[in-house]
Amino acid sequence: MTRLSRRRVIAIFRKELRDYRRNRYMLVTMAVIPIIFLVQPVASILSLPAAAAVPLSRKHELIYMLGIPALVPALVAAASIVTERQQGTLEPILTTPLRREEFVLAKALAPLIPSVAISYLVYALFVVIIELFAHAGIASALFSGHLVIAQIVFTPLIAAWSIWVGLAISTLSNDVRAAQQLSLLGNLPVVAVVVLISVNVIHATAGLALGLGVALLVGYRVGWRVVSALFDRERLITGTRD
Amino acid sequence: MSATPDRGPAISAKGLTKRFGDRVAFEGVSFEIGYGEVFGFLGPNGAGKTTTVRTLGTLIAPTSGSATVAGIALAPENGVEIRRRISIMPELPGLYLRLSVRENLECFADLYEVEDPDDRIERSLRAVNLLDRERDLCGSLSKGLRQRVALARALLPDPQVLFLDEPTSGLDPAATRDVHELIAGLGDSGVTIFLTTHRLEEAERLCDRVAILNTRLRTIGTPNELRDRLFSKSLTVKTVAPLEHPEQVFAGLPGVEDWRQDGDGAYALAVSDPAVAAPATIRALVAADADVLWVAESRHSLEDVYLELIDHHEPVAQP
Repeated sequence: MTRLSRRRVIAIFRKELRDYRRNRYMLVTMAVIPIIFLVQPVASILSLPAAAAVPLSRKHELIYMLGIPALVPALVAAASIVTERQQGTLEPILTTPLRREEFVLAKALAPLIPSVAISYLVYALFVVIIELFAHAGIASALFSGHLVIAQIVFTPLIAAWSIWVGLAISTLSNDVRAAQQLSLLGNLPVVAVVVLISVNVIHATAGLALGLGVALLVGYRVGWRVVSALFDRERLITGTRD
Repeated sequence: MSATPDRGPAISAKGLTKRFGDRVAFEGVSFEIGYGEVFGFLGPNGAGKTTTVRTLGTLIAPTSGSATVAGIALAPENGVEIRRRISIMPELPGLYLRLSVRENLECFADLYEVEDPDDRIERSLRAVNLLDRERDLCGSLSKGLRQRVALARALLPDPQVLFLDEPTSGLDPAATRDVHELIAGLGDSGVTIFLTTHRLEEAERLCDRVAILNTRLRTIGTPNELRDRLFSKSLTVKTVAPLEHPEQVFAGLPGVEDWRQDGDGAYALAVSDPAVAAPATIRALVAADADVLWVAESRHSLEDVYLELIDHHEPVAQP
């Protein structure tokens, strides 16, 4: 792959973050899903009696919190390129020396940072609330070292994967809402795996974690190449191809 | 603004063609533009002007033909190198409306990897008289101001070739005048400007040469050359009262090829050279004891040329 310019990647990345901060729609998109993912389990766990600690310790319920990095960046990434097309900002950007690999990489990094930060924040908030307000024994039944490590490691990996899915769909779409809905659908397999692990249908083992981690890392590399290849200047500018 | 390479033309196109499926955007377009030239590209809607700009700007690939832009062959592998040397201001400003003027320019200064971006941004803003608005969000600016920000953005990389696609489209007269002054200033400072426009008076005022495109290139030349190529030169004569024997006054005058009465006391003279015909005509009128109101050279506007070419579909021979 051609040598990339760090300065150009940072320029787009910084522009994206500035835009997120002032975009109410984007802020709401980033906030709603984490709130749903936080409130529902907090309510159900706080209502559990102390006797529920033993069966709880045999499950991995908190793994389902990985749904946040699967869904939030998918929505943000899906809006990313199609919005630029609709607002007419894509053409001026593409008249600069920016390479498509640089543009796509910056577009991927921009939602990754806030999504991962929000996911970690929500998880930390959840831990604090459970430690402070749940029945004694519930917290220790819920949290284990390997679950926390899984959360920390898989959050950015899943977020990156869902971003590539979202960007691929955004590159091919003409409508923001359609792109976001398709992106959510495209990421449902990841959410399904997470849910099946959390309810013990798929047994969480170190081997499984390693396998999934490697698969996501490979997917990350492949995703960059695939989305870069899909990023066709001519089609994006004119809506058609020679 | 830019160092002028002393090799070849700034832009050269040979038989350039772009088709989208069966639809021809433009076809067989050939021209050369020198460094420092302000070149007007005129044509009706759908003539292929914007597609030509996008093609030369490496945004879309030509179907056939060849071109060089800023001395570099137009080819997919040269896209980045060409885009380093040129700048395009599209018809729509395409600004990030939630970002300030300065933040927009910072982003593009980094995309062009300009040295000393703060200084370059300040110079660009000063050039468009927007230094005092740099902190304003672009979404809060009027259409005219947004157009000026887009122009400042196009100036950032100090381009060798600047493509301006309908830069005054939708602007009020005052904003249009400001943009005209800017373009004239850039032309004076040696930037090669490729200006597409619908405004014929704009092209006539700003451009060294113009080309008229209607899918195919209809003609190319200076506004005066196009006028001379399409229309014969003429003088109009107006006297207080009709001449008793106009045939005796106008026939055989040096430089006068033909004449006709064009109203009461009004005459139109077809001439080969107004500089020869006008003094001879005045002398003849005085000798005939005519009360002369005026003798003037009739000038066809670029609009006349444009309408003549767009209405008639045969290309006009180029020199």
